[in-house]
Amino acid sequence: MLKIADRTFNSRLFTGTGKFSSAAVMEEALLSSGSELVTVALKRVDLKKHDHDDFLVRLKYPHIHLLPNTSGVRNAREAVFAAQLAREALETDWIKLEIHPDPKYLMPDPIETLKATEELAKLGFTVLPYIHADPVLCKRLEDAGSAAVMPLGSPIGSNKGLKTIDFLEMIISQSNVPVIVDAGIGSPSDAAWAMEIGADAVLVNTAIAVSQNPVLMAHAFKLAVEAGRMAFKARLASPMNYAVASSPLTSFLNE
Amino acid sequence: MNNFTEVFKTFDWEETKRSIYAKTSQDVERALSTQKRTLEDFKALISPSASAYLEQMATISQKLTQKRFGKVIQMYVPLYLSNECNNICTYCGFSYDNKVRRKTLSNMEIMQEVAVIKKMGYEHILLVTGESNQTVHVDYFKKVLNLIRPHFAHISMEVQPLDLEDYQQLTPYGLNTVLVYQETYHQEDYKKHHPKGKKSNFDYRLETPDRLGRAGIHKMGLGVLIGLEDWRTDSFFTALHLDYLEKKYWQSKYSLSFPRLRPFSGGLEPKVTMSDRELVQLICAYRLFNEEVELSISTRESPSFRNNIIKLGITALSAGSKTNPGGYAVEPDSLEQFEISDERSPEEIAEIIAAQGYEPVWKDWDNSLAI
Repeated sequence: MLKIADRTFNSRLFTGTGKFSSAAVMEEALLSSGSELVTVALKRVDLKKHDHDDFLVRLKYPHIHLLPNTSGVRNAREAVFAAQLAREALETDWIKLEIHPDPKYLMPDPIETLKATEELAKLGFTVLPYIHADPVLCKRLEDAGSAAVMPLGSPIGSNKGLKTIDFLEMIISQSNVPVIVDAGIGSPSDAAWAMEIGADAVLVNTAIAVSQNPVLMAHAFKLAVEAGRMAFKARLASPMNYAVASSPLTSFLNE
Repeated sequence: MNNFTEVFKTFDWEETKRSIYAKTSQDVERALSTQKRTLEDFKALISPSASAYLEQMATISQKLTQKRFGKVIQMYVPLYLSNECNNICTYCGFSYDNKVRRKTLSNMEIMQEVAVIKKMGYEHILLVTGESNQTVHVDYFKKVLNLIRPHFAHISMEVQPLDLEDYQQLTPYGLNTVLVYQETYHQEDYKKHHPKGKKSNFDYRLETPDRLGRAGIHKMGLGVLIGLEDWRTDSFFTALHLDYLEKKYWQSKYSLSFPRLRPFSGGLEPKVTMSDRELVQLICAYRLFNEEVELSISTRESPSFRNNIIKLGITALSAGSKTNPGGYAVEPDSLEQFEISDERSPEEIAEIIAAQGYEPVWKDWDNSLAI
């Protein structure tokens, strides 16, 4: 079972709530995904009357934990403020830190993210920072007190898959906190691949929300994540790019 | 480059126009097949040659828009605060020489309007005024922002261009977005359409987005008034402007509008008309050129056009709009800036959006996110 901070998860598929064609479709897809951690953009939520928020009402299931995110903030100061608002309104210490000052490609700001992580960890938050697949930054975040790291597979919403595969492997091999591959996962096979290389979980939104059939696609991701995890545990046989039937170079040793 | 003017001056209107009209179907096909499109590709996509490829353009546009924005449409509504104006603009109902009763809403009147707008469900509001620097100035805007900030999640402004210091002063009051349309990039014609008033200064208006970028505004909106000049050439300059701004002010978001000249009392006949088909072509061309830019459609457009455009690349819609100060509650019958074409209520529009498999989004920002 996956453990992040003090919470355990049966499902290693985390999901987002944006881009769905309706709140009803979102609800059904999230249920079909089996996801237990669902991220919600603070900007979409009515913080004043969150009890009645059409969006949040759809997420009220005992197995679903909310992970508010700070999407829209541009620096550490705004992020810390947003996290505090989220804590107050949604009664959770968990925060997905998203600081992208660049609204075009939505690239996370490593410097501001590190600053905000330090501060939020001190304030008792469970911080899950969204970042580049930068192995050094991941170690620095770990030292700063992040509960997990969320490196990107490729630009957010791009569906381009694991473009950062080499760096993800480094991050996974040396991380002491769970590694959640976030952003860019475009298909169940991408998700399975991330799990096969040892990611602890993946976060998927666009690929589910924008597909022709989000409910079915959510289920496909669920199965892919489970399959990938099983494959990781069973240890994949390494691929061979060459034949090993005979040993022309070393066979003399056996003579 | 310190200002867009420097880039702009290196282009010649007539030459640009010729190069757009010279684009061939081969150019269009190249633009369609590539992943990252250039300004030359954009020219091909807005050229007459691209008309034959409209269905393909729409297919790509829909896909790109869904990938970036999802199956959602952002809802917003304008609030006209004042129709006082010292500018003469040949196409506008609020023009100085147009004999209408002038009005600037008082605090109490603004709150009456706000009450009606809130009942419609809106969280994103666009404040609109004419240009009357004696009454509608930075202090007035501060007062209004203070007044309405507690009631809306997202505040935009479409008012006269201001100085850098003014924008810097207004952002802490919750101002998120500023729309400033160039109306036309045809400098000589611009002068003809704006013979009098501060607006007649073409360069000051052209450099407004630069000032907004320097002030660190979250989002700015560009556009031209379609009908004043050749829309293809004007749209190319809009795209050029956008391209320049995105690279320079990379922390700001951008949106585009494509208002077509609408009739108003005593108004100007469009010099150039743009068909529905051409507007669809333009919207798709913008999307193919820029996957991230927000594209919005107002109630200037007809119900049937608006119903069908939802899936083709736009990201924001207004509904139930009034274009006269006091139009929602105070003085519903006063003179409008222009006649709106789609009078359906926000509720009806929301149903139409949902019926097409999209979700109308009322709130996608929180004022507390920018501190």
